[in-house]
Amino acid sequence: MTIDGRAVRVGVDIGGTFTDVALEAGDRSWSVKVLTDHGAPERAIVEGVRAVVVESGIAAGAIDQIIHGTTLATNALIERRGARTALITTRGFRDVVEMRTENRFELYDLDIVLPTPLVERDARFVVDERLDAAGRVLKPLDPADVATVVDRVIAGGFESVAIGLIHAHVDGRHERMVRDALKAKAPDLPVSISSEVAPEMREFQRFNTVCANAYVQPLIASYLDRLVGALAAEGVTGRVYMIHSGGGLITVESAAAFPVRLLESGPAGGAVFAGSIARAHGLDRVLSFDMGGTTAKIALIENGRAKTAKTFEVARTYRFKKGSGMPISIPVIEMVEIGAGGGSIASIDAMRRIRVGPQSAGSEPGPASYGRGGDRPTVTDADVLLGRIEPHGFAGGRMRLDTEAAEAAILRDLGGPLGLSGAEAAFGLCEVVDENMSNAARMHVVENGREISDFTMVAFGGAGPLHAARLAEKLGIARVLIPPGAGVGSAIGFLRAPFGYESVRSAHLRLDAFDADRMNAVLDELAAEAIGFVREGVPDIEPIRELTAHMRYVGQGWEIPVRLPDRRWRPGDEVELARRFAEAYTAFFHRPIEGLAIEVVGWSLAAASPLPPVERVAPAGTERPVATDATRDLFDAREDRFVAAAVIERERLSTGDRVAGPAAIVEAETTTVVTTAFDAVRLADGCLLLVRKTAGGRP
Amino acid sequence: MSRSAPSDIHLQIMWNRLVSVVEEQAVSLVRTAFSTSVREAGDLSAGVFDREGRMIAQAVTGTPGHVNAMAASVGHFIRAIGFDAMVEGDVYLTNDPWLGTGHLHDFTVVTPSFRGGRAIGFFAATAHVVDVGGRGFGPDATQVYEEGVCVPIMRLRAAGRANEVLIEILRANVREPDQVIGDLHSLAACNETGHRRLMDMMDEFEIADLDRLAAFVFDRSLAATLERIRALPRGSWSNRMRVDGYDAPVDLVVRIDVEEDRVVADFAGTSGPSRFGINVPLVYTAAYAGYGLKCALAPDVPNNAASLAPFVTLAPPDSILNAQRPAPVAVRHVLGHFVPDVVLGALHAMLPGRIPAEGAGALWNIHVSARPAPGGPALGEGGRRAEVLMFNSGGSGARPHLDGLSATAFPSGVHTMSIEATEQVGPIVVWRKELREGSGGDGRQRGGLGQIMEIGPAEGHEFSFNAMFDRVDQPARGRDGGGDGAPGAIRLDDGTVLRAKGRQFVPEGRRLILELPGGGGWGDPAERAAEDRARDRRLGYVADRS
Repeated sequence: MTIDGRAVRVGVDIGGTFTDVALEAGDRSWSVKVLTDHGAPERAIVEGVRAVVVESGIAAGAIDQIIHGTTLATNALIERRGARTALITTRGFRDVVEMRTENRFELYDLDIVLPTPLVERDARFVVDERLDAAGRVLKPLDPADVATVVDRVIAGGFESVAIGLIHAHVDGRHERMVRDALKAKAPDLPVSISSEVAPEMREFQRFNTVCANAYVQPLIASYLDRLVGALAAEGVTGRVYMIHSGGGLITVESAAAFPVRLLESGPAGGAVFAGSIARAHGLDRVLSFDMGGTTAKIALIENGRAKTAKTFEVARTYRFKKGSGMPISIPVIEMVEIGAGGGSIASIDAMRRIRVGPQSAGSEPGPASYGRGGDRPTVTDADVLLGRIEPHGFAGGRMRLDTEAAEAAILRDLGGPLGLSGAEAAFGLCEVVDENMSNAARMHVVENGREISDFTMVAFGGAGPLHAARLAEKLGIARVLIPPGAGVGSAIGFLRAPFGYESVRSAHLRLDAFDADRMNAVLDELAAEAIGFVREGVPDIEPIRELTAHMRYVGQGWEIPVRLPDRRWRPGDEVELARRFAEAYTAFFHRPIEGLAIEVVGWSLAAASPLPPVERVAPAGTERPVATDATRDLFDAREDRFVAAAVIERERLSTGDRVAGPAAIVEAETTTVVTTAFDAVRLADGCLLLVRKTAGGRP
Repeated sequence: MSRSAPSDIHLQIMWNRLVSVVEEQAVSLVRTAFSTSVREAGDLSAGVFDREGRMIAQAVTGTPGHVNAMAASVGHFIRAIGFDAMVEGDVYLTNDPWLGTGHLHDFTVVTPSFRGGRAIGFFAATAHVVDVGGRGFGPDATQVYEEGVCVPIMRLRAAGRANEVLIEILRANVREPDQVIGDLHSLAACNETGHRRLMDMMDEFEIADLDRLAAFVFDRSLAATLERIRALPRGSWSNRMRVDGYDAPVDLVVRIDVEEDRVVADFAGTSGPSRFGINVPLVYTAAYAGYGLKCALAPDVPNNAASLAPFVTLAPPDSILNAQRPAPVAVRHVLGHFVPDVVLGALHAMLPGRIPAEGAGALWNIHVSARPAPGGPALGEGGRRAEVLMFNSGGSGARPHLDGLSATAFPSGVHTMSIEATEQVGPIVVWRKELREGSGGDGRQRGGLGQIMEIGPAEGHEFSFNAMFDRVDQPARGRDGGGDGAPGAIRLDDGTVLRAKGRQFVPEGRRLILELPGGGGWGDPAERAAEDRARDRRLGYVADRS
């Protein structure tokens, strides 16, 4: 059904504490928050849908689509609540998932513990077989050997099976043969094979990915089944779609077959939300900055789409340290996550330096100022002392923050030992966390071969608007957008996501042995797969396709993504590939290297339905300075002193209103801090645009 | 609030930023490097130095061997070039093992950082390059001259102009000239990246030089280090560890003296030099001795000139750990990797209950040169020639309260390579790479398991390889009653026993079998918990004798 000619759509984001439900019909939208039900997440969804139906007055039967993101798969991996899983692999490689990369993620700690593999050694079985790097059979699969292994796996009573064979990303025939043999004897046993789940070179990453898929599959399949049933019982007849790690939508059937693609789907929604803001404002380069209670997440949005990576790491076990989790090879919105949120705890290290995070006080016991038993100084406590958070107006006035408790904690743990006043120590705490975030953001932009001052920041999450202006000062960013409704950003973001799927494949091609037919054949396979997924959601559209080659000089180990036109390739086209590679390489590393051979190591083809149209936000037009009587003392880090800041309620601003910094623009869920260096303008869509005064950057 | 600028807080923030600057410098190098060991193993170093050549901050990378090896080198550059002779646009380099980081394969590139026409400090970066000519990467040379070309400290660029003569000479002397020259440019470029970020930072914080910041970093780091040292009992503790060496066993002997404000590791009594390339220049010994001490005593203090200064390493000049020119030093990492275990063994008496047992120590790196076998396919018609480098790790020693890590490097921070990627590089097949059952030393805590590898030439091919393996004759010893780890072994699949060091041959149709050593156990095996034993049996970590 449609309202005003537009579909009625519901976005659902299950977070750790709240389940957010947003309903959109035409240009109207409603949102509700209900407590997450960890035992049966679908119950909270049903409750939320009921509530939003009541609030909007739109019948459940009128909902066309429900779009859903969940951390269920991620949590199952972190908490090890998945199925009893077996792995069948090539003889000689039984321990790939246990030996990992053979290094220590922290060099100076003699007592590190490596993560336990998802599938332990006694659940890993081997078959005699071997392909070479080109996919030729060095040792054929022996049916008798396979039959023995199949019997042992079935006798073991496993709930799910992963198959990962060496070089199967080149040719999956042996994996399929083992699967068929299993299915013949145990038709209901879920089986995941690496050549389908993650056809990428590098056995540790691929095997781990297929194990993770098998491990969460029964859980996710049963959850999705219950969810669809419960919604139907509520009278929802619209289809349910899932948001995947790459920020696109897939059907519940695809999600049940490849549940590993649901990892990171919640944060992906946040980046999609930032992407929709970027498109509405015609911004090509956006830095998405999402700061919550425990972590801050940074992503790059170019031309309205979040940048994706081919691998990421989940379930880090050691202070968010790279290498302490498990690698997953799937297309994912590339996000840097650091332990910096409102609840991050500050302490002093051996060099008498203030350190912040990654430990977080969370919401229980929470920051010292919450008065719920927490007594460690946190970022929120410092924000209170610096005048950024109004103690009486927190959480829409539902909660009153205890300034004295905040000051006591900061003085005891930081100020006292360092000989600083409460405000000085609070300034130090905030500067450290802002510096940590800006370093992470700068590094991420540089790693993508970009210049950070070209970007506009879109800041959201409970703590984002408090810290965005200072972050922008540190990064040399001239414009910051603070969207409205940032509290349910992910759920709204889901509604902006296209149907999309990115197919990836490792397939090696040297330009000095260019083979256009082979290239076309690989691309055809990728296109068929990606378009197939998209058409399951929207059968009759012509998807937008984006082709990327991952290229490097022969001998290097790091590939850079090179965007290519999606067309048929002919002999001689290696010249164009080389030219485009040289351009991309120069953007990353300032100049190409002469005289070296170039190779493609992998391909990715993304197909997506056209992005839902966005209404372009008109410039604010005539601006009116807003005067205000109320002021409060707000610490300005750049000025290094307290300044008298105007205090304005966000909902009282109308389009074109311009607030000169220093100012605090307050709303129920957060406060936008406008530092002395910035002015804020209220735009037609409710966004606040922070513009650096000297830069003169008008919308 | 009023205070004299820059405040303590501002200096902390600048220190934080400086670390980010050198991390960016390092990342830029990793991404552009051609050398396998740079990108897979983090065999690189990047840091920023003050005007006197003292290191203020260093990126945390994969190899402790560079911890203070590069730190010492900038002083050599200042002395060789002369501070007053340095001009904007200059870039200097060397691969002299005694001025850089211990073997010719490592190039160190130093760039003075100019601000307002004045040199305010230096950026330095070190990377292991693909080739330096000579015999190639292996232990067989008997003089450093055979190990490749040596570039004394000189200009890579003079006032912005490239030293074309040097580049031509290097090109003519190395096997992969484009990649080697590419890596030198990458080193210079990463210093440039660091310099640009430093200038941004100095603009933002409105500072004209690094002196105040450096003093802050040094004061705080020294104070933190001294606090740890002063908490230790005074006295001397010794340890002796025997390893295989090249053609004769090598005794590594250390005495640790804890003094008022420093810890001295003196390697007097260690064996004399080898005829072959396992000798270690003192700078590399000091790097690993310092690493071992820091792991146990001050793991959280960042590396800089002040935090490293209280850790002093001595070795007599006739020792294998203080090799003198022209001793061959190409594979100095083999003995270098044992230095932390030697040092930790001495600390065990001082800090009982905190120090792990001995582990496999040296990586089992293997460099394979593959080519078509006689009668095999011609080059280009299915026949291929390739150089393949692999890093593989044995088991680490059991910890006082934890089992050792299986197939995991210590002290090196090296990553292994994907077998699928390795087989793309050259015509070899790795038939097996898995845990070596029963190889961890028994004990209350079990030593980490080693691993077994089987490597054969692809059909129609053969290969030579340079062995640089140890702990074949001398296993990792257990601690406090723990059993020894299993020693390593090298053979062909037809039973032929091979040597642990030096260049050897694997014909078509044969497989090379490597059994990597396990780590030592910790504590009396009788005290091992029954459930741990049951788990070891269930998972096949030990041979099931039930």
